[in-house]
Amino acid sequence: MGSMAARPRLDRQAVVREKRRDKKSAMVQYLAQEFRVQVLDVLHDRGTGHWGGAASAAELLVALYFDAMNIRPGDLKWPDRDRLVVSKGHASCMLYTVLANRGYFPTEELATFRHLDSRLQGHPCMRKTPGVEMSTGSLGHGTSVALGMALAARLLGKSYWTYVLIGDGDLNEGQTWEAIMAAAKFKPPRLVALIDYNKVQLDGPSDMIMPMDPLPDKLRAFNWNVAPVVYDGHAAAEVLASLDWTQCQTQFPAAVIYKTHKGRGVSFMEDNAHWHGAVVDDETYAKARAELIDTLGKLEMAL
Amino acid sequence: MTAKPVAMREAFGEALLALAPEHPEMVVLDADVATSTRTAPFGKAYPDRFFNMGVAEANMTDVAAGMATCGLRPIASTFAIFLDLKATDQIRNIICYNNLPVILAGNYAGLSDSYDGASHQSILDLAVMRAMPNMVVIVPGDAVEVRQALELALRRDGPTFIRLCRNPTPVLFGDAEPLQLGKIRKLRDGGDLTIAVCGVPTFMAIEAAAKLAARGVSVDLLEVSTIKPIDAEALAASARKTRKVLTVEEHTVCGGLGSAVAETLARRAPALMRMIGIQDTFAESGDWADLMRKHGISAEHIEAEAMALAAALGV
Repeated sequence: MGSMAARPRLDRQAVVREKRRDKKSAMVQYLAQEFRVQVLDVLHDRGTGHWGGAASAAELLVALYFDAMNIRPGDLKWPDRDRLVVSKGHASCMLYTVLANRGYFPTEELATFRHLDSRLQGHPCMRKTPGVEMSTGSLGHGTSVALGMALAARLLGKSYWTYVLIGDGDLNEGQTWEAIMAAAKFKPPRLVALIDYNKVQLDGPSDMIMPMDPLPDKLRAFNWNVAPVVYDGHAAAEVLASLDWTQCQTQFPAAVIYKTHKGRGVSFMEDNAHWHGAVVDDETYAKARAELIDTLGKLEMAL
Repeated sequence: MTAKPVAMREAFGEALLALAPEHPEMVVLDADVATSTRTAPFGKAYPDRFFNMGVAEANMTDVAAGMATCGLRPIASTFAIFLDLKATDQIRNIICYNNLPVILAGNYAGLSDSYDGASHQSILDLAVMRAMPNMVVIVPGDAVEVRQALELALRRDGPTFIRLCRNPTPVLFGDAEPLQLGKIRKLRDGGDLTIAVCGVPTFMAIEAAAKLAARGVSVDLLEVSTIKPIDAEALAASARKTRKVLTVEEHTVCGGLGSAVAETLARRAPALMRMIGIQDTFAESGDWADLMRKHGISAEHIEAEAMALAAALGV
């Protein structure tokens, strides 16, 4: 053994893994932005719907449906599929956009959002839209429903994952905390809460409407396994890393908190309660779309 | 009618145990009243399939819904008043909107939690449950019908509310044909007036009808065990014959059996009606039989109202 042995060896597999991960996160970042454009188009065209919460959850929804979740868009009733309950149902337009682009239904159908006779209801409806696991809209239901799904998995000997996407408004609801208590009692494996913590609600900043901090401490006090860091919910690499973290856990229920921005992607809409559900008029649309497209172009270069 | 009364909650608890082996998908959730609702023995026998959710009805109901989407057949059990009012949003927006096969067992319904007082007396659960699209509402008339209702609900591919009483009541239908969903049970054939009854007061109506027969008034006596979907054909046929209908229920007259019958007949066979039940008020603490009597839910009052209706000019 000479000096040769001291030289660091090139771990080719690690390099390949890293490159693959970079590529994956660039793809998630790009798709999330592309879907923001598609959502804005639909909201402007239809003159109704929620931009703020939809834009806030883009990277999270893309990372779940295009990477983390074990799903078969062509086999809706596959019993072993992973489940996502979107408890913040007002993010419906982003959910539909992600589902359509993932192959659950034609993207052309997105234009029917909130039309009479459309399969795309104002808030998600599991009986109408392929891929929607639970109807939501009335806040506070998702965590309870997800707990039921995770308990069913344990009883039926299934190993699917159950994710619930929670927003600030959901955290205001007492039922969410009933569910958080109950989940910590029953501890079903593979139950994960993903918190889209943009801290802006319909009426204004949550610190003025209903402060939820210190959120990680609250969840830990309720005996949840909370990710040690708050992730940037708009950095695809961080979102993917956070979902990797959940896969390595043995203690459930587990929660991941994401710092996000309501209305993310359009400078004058970010963190602004007005854009929770305001109509996107022609002038706003032109300005907002230009910003989104500009960023999209840059992200495309990184692919 | 057998001599020994049986409480519906006892029949419910026994039915859970009896049906468990043939329904491995059946699970039971309770909200810290399992000892009272009699789901506790099921929990002891099948601990993996029993979930005590604590005093958190909203969460319990949605957890049941989540389970139902994955192939289980959950039975959510607690006091009727807390199930239908503390979990109304969950029952509407999650269970009924999605037509999920969850069984809602509303125990201690009507005035049957008599001593606990108005805070615990479920007097408007039928009004709320009946208004929910996709819901089937069953009000068993005795312990025998409780098990039959549960068996029917387990075979249904949608939500079912079953109304249960706390106290022992006469067993009426031990030898009768089993309860059928959406079908009335005709207990007596008569031409002077129709009495439509549901739940515990059924035994009172049977007693009153016998007395009325002795006084020369013949009653078409209908037990309406399914409030929704209601047996419109049978109700209309009876009303066309008698033109006079008396309804009897252990529930407010706003939105329960009386309202369901009136809505049905107004469209098909208008009749002169009277409604026995709680007259749009709150009740109070006291002995159950006394409380029922105070609110006119008794064989004597049924007989008196029937006599008055029989003597009234028809429509």
